[in-house]
Formats: sequence, C-alpha cells, structure tokens
Amino acid sequence: MNKNKLIIYGLIFSFGLFAPFLFPAYKLQISILWILMILALTWDIQGGQMGYNSFGNILFFGIGMYVCASVQIGMFFPLAEWTASGGEKTFLHTTSQYFQGFFVGFILSGIVPAIVAALIGYGILGLRGHYFAICTLGLGIAAGEIAGGIELIGAGQGMTVPPWPKGIGGTELRSQFFYYLCFALAIVTFVILQWIYKTRFGLVLNAIRDNEDKAEAMGIHTMRYKIIGWVVSAFFLGIAGGLLGNMIGYIEPTEIAFAGATYGVFMVLMAILGGKGTLWGPVIGATVFHVFKEGFWTFFLGWQYVALGALIVVIVIFFPEGIMGWLREKYPNRFGEVVDESDRKAQVELN
Amino acid sequence: MSTILEVDKVYKHFGGVKANENVSLTVEQGSIVGLIGPNGSGKTTLFNSIVGTHPIDRGSIYFDGEEVSSLPVPAVAKLGLLRTFQQTRIYGKLNCIQNMLISSKPEKDTIFNVFEKIPDELTEKSENLLKFVGLYQKRKLRAGDLSFGQQKLLELAMALMNEPKMLLLDEPTAGINPTLINGIIDRLIKVNEEFGITLLVIEHNMRVIMNLAQKIFCLAHGQMLAEGTPDQIKNNLHVVDAYLGAK
Repeated sequence: MNKNKLIIYGLIFSFGLFAPFLFPAYKLQISILWILMILALTWDIQGGQMGYNSFGNILFFGIGMYVCASVQIGMFFPLAEWTASGGEKTFLHTTSQYFQGFFVGFILSGIVPAIVAALIGYGILGLRGHYFAICTLGLGIAAGEIAGGIELIGAGQGMTVPPWPKGIGGTELRSQFFYYLCFALAIVTFVILQWIYKTRFGLVLNAIRDNEDKAEAMGIHTMRYKIIGWVVSAFFLGIAGGLLGNMIGYIEPTEIAFAGATYGVFMVLMAILGGKGTLWGPVIGATVFHVFKEGFWTFFLGWQYVALGALIVVIVIFFPEGIMGWLREKYPNRFGEVVDESDRKAQVELN
Repeated sequence: MSTILEVDKVYKHFGGVKANENVSLTVEQGSIVGLIGPNGSGKTTLFNSIVGTHPIDRGSIYFDGEEVSSLPVPAVAKLGLLRTFQQTRIYGKLNCIQNMLISSKPEKDTIFNVFEKIPDELTEKSENLLKFVGLYQKRKLRAGDLSFGQQKLLELAMALMNEPKMLLLDEPTAGINPTLINGIIDRLIKVNEEFGITLLVIEHNMRVIMNLAQKIFCLAHGQMLAEGTPDQIKNNLHVVDAYLGAK
C-alpha cells in the first residue's frame, strides 16, 4: 500500500472516529451516510461488478429490518401482542434483555436475507438484462405489499422497535452506539468487498459483466458466482436494514423497510454517480449524493426532488460512467492502462 | 493414433431448417482437422452441438472416450474441449492480463474455493502466453480497446491458458489483416506441435486451411459432403460444385 493511500485511509478513519464529537449536530446524518455507503457498495456488486441491474436489492434491506426487530421483541415478549397493542400495553426490555435481543437480531438480520437471496437467486439469476431488472423491480414492490398484509408484524401500520433501555445513558449514548455500529459495518463491508474483488471471485463477476457466454464457454460455473454475489449483498444490506430500523425506531412496510422509491432508487443513483464497477465509486457517490440531498433539503426545501431529478439528468448525460469512470477516461495512465514500450520485440516478431 | 472426438450421426433441426443431418466426423488425437463448407452449411451449428450450446436431436458425440452430447457448456469445457468464436468474445473492460487470469482452470473448483486468491505464478504464465501471441506490450490495456485481430489473438491465448486437450476454432483468420494471417498460422501449428493440442478449425480462407490441416471435412446443406486430405478435397468435384455451383 503506498503512502497516499495510507493517508487517505487514515483521514477517513479518523473522520469516522471523531465525527460524533466534532459535529455532534450531524451525528444522525453521518450515521445515515455510512448506511448509504453500504447500500451503494452492495448494489454495486450486482449493478457494477456483475452487470446485473437489480432494482430489488431493497428487498433484503427490508427483510433485515423486520427480522431484526421481530427477533428483538419475540425473544422476550409475544410478538403478536406487541404489534397489536399499538401503545395501549407497555412492554419494556431490561438492559440485558435489550442487548441480548439486539445481538441475536443483528446476526439474524444478516443471515435470513442471505438465505432468501440464495433461494430467490437460484430461481431468477438465470434471467438476463432487462428481464432481470424488471423481475427484481417486481420483487421489491411485492415484498412491501406482502409485509403490509401480515398482521404479526403490524401490517400496514408498521411496528415499533424496542425502545432504548432506561437503565443506561440517555439518547446521547444511544445515538453514539448506533453511530459507531454503522461506521464499523461500513468499514467491514468495504474491507470485505476490497478483499473479494481481488480474488478469483471478483474477476469472475467482471467476466460475467463483460461476456457471460464466454465465461461459460471457458468452463466457469457462472450461476454459482452470481448467487454468492447476491448472498454477500443481501447479508450486508440486511444488517444495514436492521440497524436503520433500530435507529429510526419505527418500521413501516413501504415507506421505510421496502422503500423502493427512496432507498431503492438512491442505492442505484449513488453507485452510478460515483462510478459503478469500482470500489471507491459507491463510497464517493454516496458522500456526494448525501451532501447534495441534505443540502437542498435544508436550504431549498421544496426543491429537493427537482434538484435530484436534475442531478440524475446531469449524471446520465455528462458522466454516464460516474465520477471514477470519468477520471479513468481522462487519465487512463493513472489507472495502469499503459502500453509497455520497453518490449517492442514481440510486436516486431509478429509482423 | 487414438480418436479424441467422435461425432456420430448427429441431427439438429431448427423448426424446418435442417442445420445438421446425419453428420459424422472423427478427429484423431494430436491432429489438425479442417471443417469447410459454404455459408449456412451448418459448420457453426455443429460446433455449438459439440460443446453443448444447444441439445442435439439425434446421434451422439464422444470426447476423449466420454459421451458429451447432453452435457452443458461449462462441463464440456472442464473436460478440456474449448471453442473460440467467429465474432471475438473477450472481456472488454478487463485488461489483457485479467482476461488471461480468469481463463485459467482453477485447481479446485468447488463452492469453497470461490474466494481463493489467484496464484502469482499464473501472472507469469499469462505474460508468457501473451508474448507467444505478441500482445505482451499491450497487456495492461483494456481488451476492448484492442483491434479485432489482436482480440482474436487474445482469445487464442485465453483458450491456451485453460490448457485444453482440444480447441475448436471458428474462423481464426476471418477479418484479419493479411500480413497477420501468416503469424496466426504459424502460431496455430506451434500450438498443435508444442502444446500437443488437437485442433478442429472452421475456415473460409482456402489457402490457410489447405496449408494447415492434415484432413478436411466439407459440409453442404447440413450434410457431410466429403472428407479427405487437402489434395483430395481440392480435386473433389462435389466440393467444387458446392462452392461454385454445378453446371
């Protein structure tokens, strides 16, 4: 690793570590930024690295959210009574109950979506191009409607998550707790993706993107790699969903959990804005996008969706390859695309 | 010499189109065999049938003693039977080295080896093969930025990276600068002699195929019209008729 890279990693890490103290007012916004990065990074596994435009990854986000909350509640109280009571009857987790439930829920919020991804993936990852995109779009919408019909998890009313236990600290500690979990999860996601993109797995994903028929003709079991890719996405997305559900404190089926129109679109936009198919693209895209969106929200309230629309148009027309893609086109040498002039012999020999 | 590929009375129809009818051919281990025929005579269909792109209607195909007629493409490839395509198929956004690395056969190919690191010695092997086809200095460029001819050479190198027993080449010299064609012929002969890889080549360029192949099969209208040495094929009236039309 060279010096510049170390400095960049160091800066980002210290920013993440000290931001809650330096910018206490923005703690929640920065937590959401880490979540958005996870969303963009995991979408990029399909949309960028593998070339499968998935509009249904929000499915795993929502499942993770519901699984986490349901486990947290269900471990200690009857889930149906909790959701049915709607505030009339009060259930309170003790401090140890809260953290036990959260710990188990946190883990299952990754595992359950991963299993769902494997099962669904086996069925639909044989589809290609537009067909896959439309199919996943349907999945996300259907999931929201189905969740809105299940009484056990509160149906259309949604469900609340266990409140932060009274015994320890106040809201300050709670927000710090979730802030650092989001930060840690973003780092873990980034590091794991960085590692797997360097292995055979990463190369196979790119091969599938560039020419799936060729990859098959060369003896690569493409279906296996596509499913594993989706499982990895679902795992981290699910955990991110579980975290966000706890941070917001309230889960609504179509607006928060299976929010295809907001988070579902944002994850695609952020990856494309930053440069899909690159490791840093989604990270940069998420940051630029979040600052842009929140800036408009704060200073030009009412215009934020107009601005978002304009941003999409600008991206598609001027930066179809995203920020990283644009840089690569402009400075190919920096990305290692060089002709090796020292070895002209091979060329001469050929002619 | 033993037979490495045996196609036995294969039929393949697409609706009313009889693409392959009662086609049989055998390829000896270590030989170079040509497959010629006018456009639309079923050569590429036969290739597709052999490697398992689509199922065949009737007949059987044996590769290296194993029946492969109902195996899917990756399974056939794993047995050591690879094909290249008429229109090049390379991974355009990856650089040449990456194209080569991904073409290597992993030592263990199970679900638990998915996240294994690519061994360093493979990079060296890739570079040597790229030198062999004359693309070494462009190894860090994106494969999609190479010229068509260079992409064909890259595709050949990628196939070699996989260490196949036999290669099916679909028009290796089509669309290539005539000065490069000799280079490709030399390399194909080297591939056959030095790497010991059996070749079955579809080719329209008669000069190329007559110089390259030891035995030639000629297809016309989906049926096997003739087989023999290049000289026999050249003097076969049926073949001349098929290409130029009978009087």
